Amino acid sequence: MNRDGDKGKMFMKRAAILAGVQFFLLLILVSRMYYLQVIQADKYIMMAESNRISMRILPPPRGIILDRFGEPLAVNNQNFRVQIISEQTSGSLVDALDSLGKIIPLSPSDYEYVQKEVKRKRAFVPVTVAENLTWEKMASIQLNAPELPGINIDEGLTRYYPYGYETAHVVGYVGPVNEKEITGDPLLELPGFRKGKTGIEAQYDLPLRGSGGFRKIEVNVLGREIRELEKNKGIPGAQIDLTLDIRLQKYALEQFKKNSGALILMDVDNGDILALVSAPSFDANIFNTGISNDEWQKLASDIRKPLVNKAISGEYSPGSTFKMIVALAALESGVISSSTEIYCGGHMELGSHRFHCWKPEGHGYLNLIEALAVSCDIYFYEVARKVGIDKIADMAKRFGLGVKQEIDIPGEKSGLVPTQEWKKRVFHEPWQQGETMLTGIGQSYITTTPLQMAMVIAKIANGGKNIKPHLIKKAYVDEPKNIKISKHFLNIVKQGMNDVMNDPQGTAFYSRIPNQLGGMSGKTGTTQVRRISMKERESRLLTQEELAWEERNHALFVGYAPINNPKYAIAVIVEHGGGGASVAAPIAKNVMEKALILYQEEVKNKQNKIKE
Amino acid sequence: MSVFSVTNPLRLRKSELSFKDRFKNISWLYIFIVTLIASIGIITLYSVANGSMDPWASKQLIRFAFGLALIVFIAMTDLRIWIRYSYIFYFFTLLLLIYVELFGHDAMGAQRWINLGFIQIQPSELMKIALVLALARFFHGTSLQENETFKTLLIPIILVALPVLLVLKQPDLGTAVMLTISASVVFFLVGVQIWKFGIVALLALISMPIAWNFFLHDYQKQRVLTFLDPQKDPLGAGYHIIQSHITLGSGSIFGKGFLQGTQSSLNFLPEKHTDFIFTVFAEEFGMIGGLLLLALYIALIIFGFYIALRCTSFFGKLLALGLTANLFFYVFINVAMVMGIVPVVGVPLPLISYGGTAMMTHMISFGLIQCVFVNKDIQIGRSGANPDN
Repeated sequence: MNRDGDKGKMFMKRAAILAGVQFFLLLILVSRMYYLQVIQADKYIMMAESNRISMRILPPPRGIILDRFGEPLAVNNQNFRVQIISEQTSGSLVDALDSLGKIIPLSPSDYEYVQKEVKRKRAFVPVTVAENLTWEKMASIQLNAPELPGINIDEGLTRYYPYGYETAHVVGYVGPVNEKEITGDPLLELPGFRKGKTGIEAQYDLPLRGSGGFRKIEVNVLGREIRELEKNKGIPGAQIDLTLDIRLQKYALEQFKKNSGALILMDVDNGDILALVSAPSFDANIFNTGISNDEWQKLASDIRKPLVNKAISGEYSPGSTFKMIVALAALESGVISSSTEIYCGGHMELGSHRFHCWKPEGHGYLNLIEALAVSCDIYFYEVARKVGIDKIADMAKRFGLGVKQEIDIPGEKSGLVPTQEWKKRVFHEPWQQGETMLTGIGQSYITTTPLQMAMVIAKIANGGKNIKPHLIKKAYVDEPKNIKISKHFLNIVKQGMNDVMNDPQGTAFYSRIPNQLGGMSGKTGTTQVRRISMKERESRLLTQEELAWEERNHALFVGYAPINNPKYAIAVIVEHGGGGASVAAPIAKNVMEKALILYQEEVKNKQNKIKE
Repeated sequence: MSVFSVTNPLRLRKSELSFKDRFKNISWLYIFIVTLIASIGIITLYSVANGSMDPWASKQLIRFAFGLALIVFIAMTDLRIWIRYSYIFYFFTLLLLIYVELFGHDAMGAQRWINLGFIQIQPSELMKIALVLALARFFHGTSLQENETFKTLLIPIILVALPVLLVLKQPDLGTAVMLTISASVVFFLVGVQIWKFGIVALLALISMPIAWNFFLHDYQKQRVLTFLDPQKDPLGAGYHIIQSHITLGSGSIFGKGFLQGTQSSLNFLPEKHTDFIFTVFAEEFGMIGGLLLLALYIALIIFGFYIALRCTSFFGKLLALGLTANLFFYVFINVAMVMGIVPVVGVPLPLISYGGTAMMTHMISFGLIQCVFVNKDIQIGRSGANPDN
């Protein structure tokens, strides 16, 4: 039994050691438990929450855009999408697509896309098969729903421009968000979200976008929704009212027919823009529904540049439409008065260089008003030479040339007003007197945008009020400051512009507006885009028709109406259109006439309402 | 009064204890603690099924009820029957293991089951008891001096090696580890010198690279690698460990409340009704709940120690403490595993994890411990018979 006693003692000893080991191991467990459940608890609570909770962003409806009378220019249309949920299909995915293909056409690439997406996503996540279904297609899918398990219709909103072609350059368009545009707004990272790319859509993207709502949902490990925890609808995008009158906008664009050019029609008192046209245009809707490469290539390579908003970003020599500025500079500096007469013999010499009037046989003796009416070049060469470039530039800048007008759509260019200092800085060459003379007829370095020219005319018409152009309707506009300019001088220039249209000698006499509408004052311009050689002048000037399109002259016209109580200013350019009087003035006349008629109707309606 | 009337070769005398004595001798406190733990298990399985008795809690409840009867039944048997039949039980279980190896039912890529139609038997589970029984039987008859010689240890080493190798081949790393640990505990208790354990540990360490390259399955290697760095592949192999930590940690001190555990109800937690069930409980009842559950296990273990020390027969001592140590290491490895202290080896939590055979094994084990307690004063001769035989 002694041996057994040893065994028993050993057992006791070893059992004690075993108990010690177990106690030690237990201590490890408890301290680990303490570490995980107390020290690290906050971290794991957060991780459990982020496992459990998933945020789904709800895109708010984008704000709609209306014209000045409430006509919708950008709306959100119901977009019917066909989706396939792979876990709900009865047979194979291909079978499901085959039966869907009997209702809507599906291409092999659609099959490929869907199969790829289905593989990538979880079985309960819908995959979009086709978008922008017509109501009929949608209805027939709904009707066949029992035979199409796993296929359902989803309604979304898609941007639609009822006047997509007419307003493409003003309203602009929306498109998919690209990587660079991601700012941290989670909306921008939603698949299929659209952001304003150009025009009002881009400029006012933030207010139009609104702010996203969200759904806080509990999800299981597969990401399937278990229940909704919280919902916030977000704030819908703000409505934007434009100053545009879509009737005038549409009419104005139609006037250009196949021509390339731009037109601006604005209110001279408050800067409201009623029409802003850049021709040719394009349908803004194609950018939203997805533009094919061919369509894009066609638009991008068109020499008439439909994608460029020429009204604000086309920089052109103003030509004779610049003569009002030169006249004002001359009157103010005192080098001429309204009665100063200058002789035009069709050309003049400066050193060895000969300057030509547009009329080779010359105008004879004429004063400032007559010179404006017939647009005599010799008169303005002479006047410009006397005034000097810096005074002309100063006057141009006072009227807002050479700087951006701060219109409320992106892409505006500033044009160029040259000075002696400018030339030295840029070309390291002294200013030449010949260049001053050419500037006198709106050629050489000076460039302006159609918007700038419309602004110049509006400021002449309104008596020097320094208005700002805008496309957004404003309830209240600050009373603009006045440009420092003598009303008397303005009236002289205005008389000249009146005679352009209402004197039988005037260059735009044939585009005059009848008196019952109040008449129109204006100024034509024709600018060369090529240099006419001495040889050509000696033999015979080539007619415009003989030249290639891109070598033909630009036709310009600026004007305002009615004459005595100006309401609207207009600027028109027809690229390579030929003569300002023959091409640009009739367009301006038509649009202005329509604008005046509509305005009279509006006034009459208002009066009727007041009477009632 | 013995239920078994036994004849040769180890004749038992008529039991000295009456049926009534035996019934009275059972520690009902012990059985109450077992019931408490099993109740926690059933409640947790109810929660795991998102507040439903199906599919787990109801079955577990029936098994436990059956197991409870089994504890009482085994507790009231004569301990000498167990020493007599221990080798037979061992070899029978060994045969079942071999059978499983040849015709076993494939589950989760491992052959572990015998399908009897109405019940599935997992012989490797039974082996955990059979091995302790056989070793206790063997060392009951040896002296301390003999235990210190290598010659004596040869047979018990073979007794351990045969089932361990068979289980490893299934492959079931968890059970192999458990068998090795419980055998080591018995070897330790009978006085095998500590330096011998050191040599075995050293040999194991040396053979590790060999095992890694030739014996471990890819998924087993993956588990070890994942244990070492769960963040390496957070959505793949490390996912279990990370989610297990989140489940535990987010339970914090007081837990999220019954049925309020998000990790398990939303299925972020894998194997939530089996190996990882402790985290579900700790998520809903926090560290307080976890500690309480551990305390209940500790109570059983302390009881086991008491029984072993109190018991007269060496067989009874070895059996009680061997099985108790077995329980301890089950709990320790399972909890350590879900806490990321040891690799995920697939050891279920006793009485809590869903599983029929594991439940039965533990109930038999508790029954045997109680049997030792009931028969604590009975002396058993060296050959396994009555001392006066």
